[in-house]
This record gives sequence, structure tokens and C-alpha cells, in this order.
Amino acid sequence: MRVQTMSETAATSTEIDILFWVGCAGSFDARAQRVTKALSALLDHAGISFAILGNEEMCTGDPARRAGNEFIFQMLALQNINTLNMYGVKKIVTACPHCFNTLKNEYPELGGNYEVVHHTQLLLELLGSGKIKVENGTFMGKKITYHDSCYIGRINGIYEVPRLLLEKLDVDLVEMKRCKSNGLCCGAGGAQMFKEDEPGDKRINIERAEEALATNATIVAANCPFCITMITDGMKAKDKQDEVMVMDISEMILQGVKK
Amino acid sequence: MQQLLFILLSSFTFLVAYRQFKKIYHNITLGKSEKMTHDPVKRWSNVLLVAFGQQKMFKNWIPAIFHLFIYIAFLFTQIELLEILIDGIFGVHRFFAPILSGFYTLIISTIEILSFLALIATIVFLNRRNLLKVPRLVKSELNGWPRLDANIILIAEIFLVTGIFTMNGADTLLQSIDAIHYPDTGRMAISSWLGPTLFGGLETDTLILLERSGWWMHLLVVFGFIIYLPYSKHLHIFLAFPNVYYSKLTSRGKMENMPEIMNEVKTMLGMEAENSTTSGAEIPEFGANDVFDLSWVNILNAYTCTECGRCSAVCPANLTGKKLSPRKIMMDIRDRATEVGINLASGDMKFAKTNNNPDIKTLTSVNYNDGKSLFDYISREELHACTTCNACVEACPVMIDPLEPILKMRRYEILTESAGPPDWTPMFTAMENGGCVWQMTDEREKWRQEI
Repeated sequence: MRVQTMSETAATSTEIDILFWVGCAGSFDARAQRVTKALSALLDHAGISFAILGNEEMCTGDPARRAGNEFIFQMLALQNINTLNMYGVKKIVTACPHCFNTLKNEYPELGGNYEVVHHTQLLLELLGSGKIKVENGTFMGKKITYHDSCYIGRINGIYEVPRLLLEKLDVDLVEMKRCKSNGLCCGAGGAQMFKEDEPGDKRINIERAEEALATNATIVAANCPFCITMITDGMKAKDKQDEVMVMDISEMILQGVKK
Repeated sequence: MQQLLFILLSSFTFLVAYRQFKKIYHNITLGKSEKMTHDPVKRWSNVLLVAFGQQKMFKNWIPAIFHLFIYIAFLFTQIELLEILIDGIFGVHRFFAPILSGFYTLIISTIEILSFLALIATIVFLNRRNLLKVPRLVKSELNGWPRLDANIILIAEIFLVTGIFTMNGADTLLQSIDAIHYPDTGRMAISSWLGPTLFGGLETDTLILLERSGWWMHLLVVFGFIIYLPYSKHLHIFLAFPNVYYSKLTSRGKMENMPEIMNEVKTMLGMEAENSTTSGAEIPEFGANDVFDLSWVNILNAYTCTECGRCSAVCPANLTGKKLSPRKIMMDIRDRATEVGINLASGDMKFAKTNNNPDIKTLTSVNYNDGKSLFDYISREELHACTTCNACVEACPVMIDPLEPILKMRRYEILTESAGPPDWTPMFTAMENGGCVWQMTDEREKWRQEI
């Protein structure tokens, strides 16, 4: 499989169904790259023609805006919108809830109007239409818990889509004490990912990892690259990294598809 | 005599209350004007469901049920209060009883049952605060006045209910003694047996005294409450309604745009700026460092806050021991607005920044400067700890948004002061220079070669 960039598709006048917005984590973070590759494989498997912006993509500006740096946010947002509009992009999929939120809710006011879907939404659609079929029982009956990311869950109200995906994998879903609209943050949002914690009794990701461990699940399913990093770190701090895996739902679907 | 006293006392109460509420209105409007009137249908439906219907309270059933008792009792007792006002002004007794007859019995009985339930709720709440010490009700930001305030109101509630039952109980007995002055109320649900049980066999004069004491106690608690309200967290009983009406309807994920920055950014990027009006000599200030820079809705939020702490109980920073508490943010904004309001009302020129301009002779919110700001109330450590997870926004039963002022203050710190956590500097630099949150040497699309 070869993932195409928008400039390549434009050069060959290839029509694409959807733009895959990879994001900084998905592009550079080794763990998140695995999710990027899994999602690319799934899109390819489903016969979706997609492209990425590649080197023309920039951070959406979310962490800058939430840190208070509106200047840098607008700088990046306006450049991204310029690029997206230049290619006439209509539909975007992303595996990052922060990118999703900014593209969907904040770019329209700056002149960027696109149909934006989170990868869990697109995957559910592809499973529903039969373009992707879960063909093995890798996760059947496995005890799995799901961590709602704030930017997909509480902020954009998407609680059921990821759970329906897990249902398709026939997992034994065990909810954490705080879930759905009461879900506990992993501790990364609001640009916390990029700084040390303020003094306190505990790190937020450890609190969340403990809550996940209390379910006795062997896999924590997530939908956000930052949540994955945070909860994985939490598991390491509890010395449970070998017993509990933190996975993006797309990675689980891909494993379920393979024969 | 009683009539005159009543009229004087009620006039005094309403005059004082009017002046106090006007001050609060003034303090709220210290904030920037912001139009929050689009989509009235959605707004009214929020008022019905969330404010009247207490929908968000029911995320937590136990306090919701007991709060509902007090809330409904409060609503219904207003009918009785109306009668008390009429009786007090015209010197009559139980004005509605002969007019409404059987229906009157039903209303008073309903009020009695609700008052009893409210009494139980009051005891449960006193217990939760003082004996059970529910964590969110004993956090440090409640030390001092806030904790006392909560207990004062609960104890006043006990006096109020005692007043109602003393009044009705004695009345039941008096009806059989002096049917002319004490019109028949029918059998009141609780007092018809509580009255004879407690006061049976007492002298008529004692009963009259008891009835009057109950009536006045009820009234004095109500008048006291009206005057006390502006100094108390209990303002939510009124403000919850406008607060819910004016709450944000746009997506939680959308931060307010700053068009004042857009032109500068566009010019820098070589894009066409819409209208370059940035020729002012004064250095512009961005974000909020005082109540004047917040929206009036943020300040309305602050005065509506009843310090229940549901926000702080779910705040990931707060529950892992960080200083940030969304409730404290709202309390601080309210206290600062009150302080500014008092100083402005004093007209004292020591609070005016005149820059030695002799033409400035009056203190206004434009030249106001007392050398303090919101940052004297809210520390940077608190602001920096927020993950923007929106748990506080979700938790608030009256739709207060503690996140928005936090982000406005972050904007002030970063854009106006060029300060903020040093850890963020490399992130900003990487974003500005490389368009990525991290400083990277690899190409962004390198991963696709590894498939």
C-alpha cells in the first residue's frame, strides 16, 4: 500500500473520497504512528480512496489555543484552512480527537468548512456497510474497558459509536466507575501534555490507570493518541504494562479483520 | 399596631433588598456586553428542563431528591406568603380561607407536607455538611464565611418550618374557640393533629400568642432571608433562571474567537487583512485580568454559584490534589466583582487612574485601578493545571461555565504579559517555526515510507 499526498493526487487529477488528517502525534509519535498505519490499512482494505496533506499539514493549533496563545492558533489555523481550501477538501477523517474538535468546531468561523468525522465514526460506517468485516474472534469474550476521551466524549457527545465498534468485536465490555459524560480525563488536554504537572498528590493518568485496573480488563480501548500515551505511562507507573494493553480501537478492528 | 409594624417592616425589607439587588446587577454589568439571545426556543427549553426541572441535579440522586423537597416547598410556600402579605397589610386573618374553602385546605395541607419534607431535607443537609463531611462540602475554599453561610440558611429553614407549624397548630385550636376571628381551614394535613398534641389544653391567650409568634417568626425569617440573600450563595434561587437562559449554546469544543488578533496574523502571513484599525497608540490588552475583561455572563455565573462543589469534585486536577478548584474560580470572580463594585460606589478618587489628568474628576469603571486584579485572587498555578476536560461544565446543575474565565485568564497571561509556564515555550516555538507541537527534524510524512 502506498499512501498518497494531496499534492500527488492533485498532480494526477485523482478524485479522493476523504482526506486523512494525521496530526502531529499520528505523524511523529512512534506509538501513534502505529495507529496511523492501522487506520491507513483499514481504509485501504475498505477500498476508500484517501490522501494525506503530508508535509503540507500543520498542527491544528489546539494546544496553543487552549494554552492561551491565540496568535499561534490563528497563524496555524489560517494556513491549514488555506491549504485545505486550495485542494477543495470536503470530507476529513482523523484519529485525533483534538484535531477533530478544532477542525469541526473552530475552523468554520475562520473560513474552513468541512465535513469532519472521527475515525471511530467512519469505521462504524464501514462496518455497517460491510466494506470492513470482522472475520475472526481475536477479542471475542475478552474483558475490555473503554476510556472516553474528553474531546470525543464530553465535548462532542460521542459516547456510543466507539462502544458499538467494540460490540462488533464481541468483547466483554466492562465500564470504569467514571465513564461517558462522567469520564475522567487522562490528564493531557489543555496543553498539559507539553508541560510538567502542577504540584499535587498524584498524576491524573495514574488515577485513571488505577480506575482501569479496577475493572480487571486486559485491554484499555482508547480513541486518542494522547490518552494512549497517558494511560500507557500510568500502567508503567503501576508496573502493569505487561498485563494490560492500551490500544486504539482502529488497531483492534484491524486485528479483527485479518484472517 | 401590628398592621403598622408590618407595613413599616416590609417596606424597609423591600427597600433594602432593592438597593442590594441593584448593586449586584451593577456588578454583573461590569463585565463586557455579550449578546446571548439567539435561539430563544432552546434557551426557554433549558430554563424549563434544567432550572425549573432540575434535570442536571439528578446526576446524583440522593442530594437531588432532598434538594427537590426544599425547592418545591419553597415554590408552594409563596402562596402562603402572599396570604401573609395580604393579612399583614389589611389586618385580616387567613384571607384566602373563606374564598377558596376546600381548595384552601388542599393548598395548606400540601404546604405542610412539603414543609415537613423540607425539614427532613434540612436535617439531612446539615448532617452531610457537618457530620458526614461529604468531601466536596468541606474543601478548603469553603473555610470561613461560605461554610457559615450554608449552615445559617439551613438553620433558618428550621425556624421557618417551626414558625409554620406553630402558626397552623395554634390556629387549629383557635378555630374551635373563636370561629369568627379564625375562619375554618378544614383539616390541615399535619397541624390538625400536631396542634392538639402540642398545644391542647393551653389557655386561649397562650394560643393567640403562639399563633402570632409563629406568624411573625415565619415572616421575619422570610424578610431576613430577602435582605440576607445578596450576601449569600443562596442567590441561586433567583439567578439560576437567567443564568441557565443566558448560558452558552454553541459547542463546548468551540473557544471564542479573537477577531482583534486576526488582522495582525493575516498581515504577518501576507494575507489580506479586512480592515487595519490597529493604529492605536495604546498597547492592546488581550484576555482577562479583571472583571471588566470578562463577559457579563461570566460574572452572572459567579453570582449564581451556590458553592455546591460538584465541579470541583469531578475536576481531574482538583481530585489529584492540585490547587485548581473550578468552584474557587467562580467564588473568586464573584468576590472580586463585589470588591470592585464597593470601591466604585465609594467614588473615592484613590481608586482612579488619572495619569495626572486634571479633567478626570469622577471614578468610573474606565479609569478604575485599585492596584489589584483577578490574579490577586486566582493564582497562575491554578490556571495552569486545567486540562480543559469540561467535566466542571458538565457537572454544574445551573449551567455555569468555569472553564471560559480560566481560558480568558490564560490568554491574558500568554498574550498580554508574554508569561505562562516555561514548559510551553518550546511548544510554541516548535508550532510557530515548524507547524508541529514538537521540534522535529524528520519530515511529517516520513511514516508513509515505512508501510
